[in-house]
Amino acid sequence: MLRLDRTIAAAIVDHARRDHPDEACGVVAGPAGSDRPLRHVPMLNAALSPTFYEFDSTELLALYKEMDARDEEPVVIYHSHTATEAYPSRTDIALAQEPNSHYVLVSTAGGAHEGEGLLPLRSYRIVDGEVSEEEVRLVDGSVTEDTE
Amino acid sequence: MAVEVRVPTILRTYTGGDKAVRGDGGTLAEVFDDLDARHPGLKGRVVEEGDLRRFVNVYVNDEDVRFTGGLDTSLSDGDTVVILPAVAGG
Repeated sequence: MLRLDRTIAAAIVDHARRDHPDEACGVVAGPAGSDRPLRHVPMLNAALSPTFYEFDSTELLALYKEMDARDEEPVVIYHSHTATEAYPSRTDIALAQEPNSHYVLVSTAGGAHEGEGLLPLRSYRIVDGEVSEEEVRLVDGSVTEDTE
Repeated sequence: MAVEVRVPTILRTYTGGDKAVRGDGGTLAEVFDDLDARHPGLKGRVVEEGDLRRFVNVYVNDEDVRFTGGLDTSLSDGDTVVILPAVAGG
């Protein structure tokens, strides 16, 4: 299960709407090993494409150096699909290289980019080419408390 | 030349979990050959048919080596090599 702060979820949806029809992408970093996504970092889609995303290579290095210095990891890696549903594409599965991350997708297809308010976020683990969907639970305020 | 090579999470299975390993070589290609001797399999995840894999980024002293000669990039003592998988999809 992914627990995600509602304000971060809203910021991800805003990013996806803003970049539509191109795909938007980014991470939510959190303390290493905590599984707590706390710090939203929108990234530049270097591909500037409606069907592909790739973190800009210079920004990618800066991001990982910063996370390393803060003892963080990319708890969530997100991107948008702008013409299809929020399910990992074949390319997403082939290129997924962070087995510990939650891969979050949001879809702005079918006019969803024009609306307001939250869009559904779906989350997946992608390990060795295998996709498993997991529940997303939006929480208010702090995601530091584990209630289970 | 002795350099430090920083290894991403997904490739630490080849380094016994180590985040950074020592490499030796005058060019990036030589360093990956050297690494492969002590960490078999690592090179194949970064290099394919004599070239860097498309979705793996390698940096020498914060410079993406795609702009500095790729595997022919020359190295000096104390340089830092960072390997990072691309974050990409469709």
